[in-house]
Amino acid sequence: MARKVSTGRKIGMTILAWAVGLLIFFPILWTFLTSFKTELAAISIPPQFVSFDWTLENYEAIQTQSNYFHFMMNSIILALGSTALGLIFAIPAAWAMAFSPTKRTKDILLWMLSTKMLPAVGVLIPIYLLFIRFGLLDSRLGLIVVLFLINLPIMVWMLYTYFKEIPVDILEAARMDGATLRQEITKVLAPMAVPGIASTVLLNVILSWNEAFWTLNLTTSSAAPLTAFIASFSSPQGNFYAKLSAASMLAIAPILIVGWFSQKQLVRGLTFGAVK
Amino acid sequence: MATRNTTKIARLMMAPSVIALFLWMIVPLAMTLYFSTLNYTLYNPMSQPYVGFENYSYFLSDPTFLMALGNTLILVVGVLCITVGGGILVALLLDQAFYGVNIVRLLVIAPFFVMPTVAALVWKNMMMNPVYGVIGQFLQSIGLAPIDWMTEVPLLAIIIIVAWQWLPFATLILLTALQSLSEEQKEAAEMDGAGALSIFWYITLPHIGRAITVVILIQTIFLLSIYAEILVTTQGGPGAQSTNITYLVSQQATSFGDIGAASAGGIVAVILANIVAIFLVRLIGKNLDA
Repeated sequence: MARKVSTGRKIGMTILAWAVGLLIFFPILWTFLTSFKTELAAISIPPQFVSFDWTLENYEAIQTQSNYFHFMMNSIILALGSTALGLIFAIPAAWAMAFSPTKRTKDILLWMLSTKMLPAVGVLIPIYLLFIRFGLLDSRLGLIVVLFLINLPIMVWMLYTYFKEIPVDILEAARMDGATLRQEITKVLAPMAVPGIASTVLLNVILSWNEAFWTLNLTTSSAAPLTAFIASFSSPQGNFYAKLSAASMLAIAPILIVGWFSQKQLVRGLTFGAVK
Repeated sequence: MATRNTTKIARLMMAPSVIALFLWMIVPLAMTLYFSTLNYTLYNPMSQPYVGFENYSYFLSDPTFLMALGNTLILVVGVLCITVGGGILVALLLDQAFYGVNIVRLLVIAPFFVMPTVAALVWKNMMMNPVYGVIGQFLQSIGLAPIDWMTEVPLLAIIIIVAWQWLPFATLILLTALQSLSEEQKEAAEMDGAGALSIFWYITLPHIGRAITVVILIQTIFLLSIYAEILVTTQGGPGAQSTNITYLVSQQATSFGDIGAASAGGIVAVILANIVAIFLVRLIGKNLDA
């Protein structure tokens, strides 16, 4: 990176890189613009980029006509609920594996990873039947448990790779200095563990928010999150481009912002530490 | 650290996660395997006679299934080609010096955070609609006939949508790998008179080879389970032209209530995914210094 680059080359690269970036981003940008158009302007030929009458009517319509907040709340509850449950299970497990590894730790980690590779359709049918049997179909509780289980391997892995980086010597030093177990945890370990836990939470919230196999198969209305709400636009409502755009922007904006802040951790979490 | 006492505590701390995952994996899988040998439909749940491998022979000889199997493979390979090829190019580009590198990075990774149903519907309606979609209007403006993506080339349409979602993932990981390549090595090669292309071929590509493998394997796991993108765009059609195994099995179970056949299809999907999983687990295991 520190190499000298001629200004001409740099300007050329700037144009090329921005062109590629905007091309990839275009569908999102277009959705953003369309969400502020009237339905008529949204399907105008030729398309209008910025020279239209900006309006908020689609956002208002989404709130009043379609009970948007109900789905939003479900998304939040599912994402936070499954993440909280995941932390309760994953932190002790990752902690134990990082600080008192045994011969079998590696095998257990790899086995956990392998459960993530079980395709959802391989277990869909029994889960679907059990959900019907126990009245869990279309319930938040049932989905929280499923989302927790599908993301648990990633959480354990990610926490493990972070905890591994905490130097054990520091613990011994604290102990030498006469720290009690409580002080050891609150004063020494917690401050070092918090960043790793925070990244794990972010990734897990993103994954749960966007999960669209189980949420579509196991909900109909009362527990349905935003993925299912948007799916209800598939037809014929999808012809209302401006409203579809407004609903889409509301559904992706929160996670887009969270995602932009956690891009580094994403690589780590999704590759199970294989690429750093 | 690892005295007998701490080992015991460590086991206790791991137990809840291990038990939860064990139950999640083993119980439903055993049930799926069991159901796959029954003639079991939700319309007549009282009668569940044992039929052996009948569901499998039904499923494996069903032209829809064979089509779905082919579509699954085309979908995975198609998306992999676009995302790995495109990912390398975009990562190389982002690794250059230019103005606004951080903003462009944000633009490039954004599609990854878009939920599948939004991505699919935005593309279907606002990009690919033959009359009002941006692509159609663009094609018309340069004098070409617009394409009705969802009926003429449904599988290609889904490949494009899914590739758009996964291109950022490949780019981000390959970029991370690229940035760990030492600048001195490239400079030394340049001094020796190597051109840009041979530097890429002999130095850069081998360096990011592992990352490419990781991208391929991880994406394959997720791509085998594409579902929402099909559900909200083509619903597997026209006919079964864009049905993959995941979509077919889900439909068999939740729409047609054919538990036996769906279970057999589920087991086939598990076997397919396992072939990939074995390679991935080995690769990651090698890298793990536990």
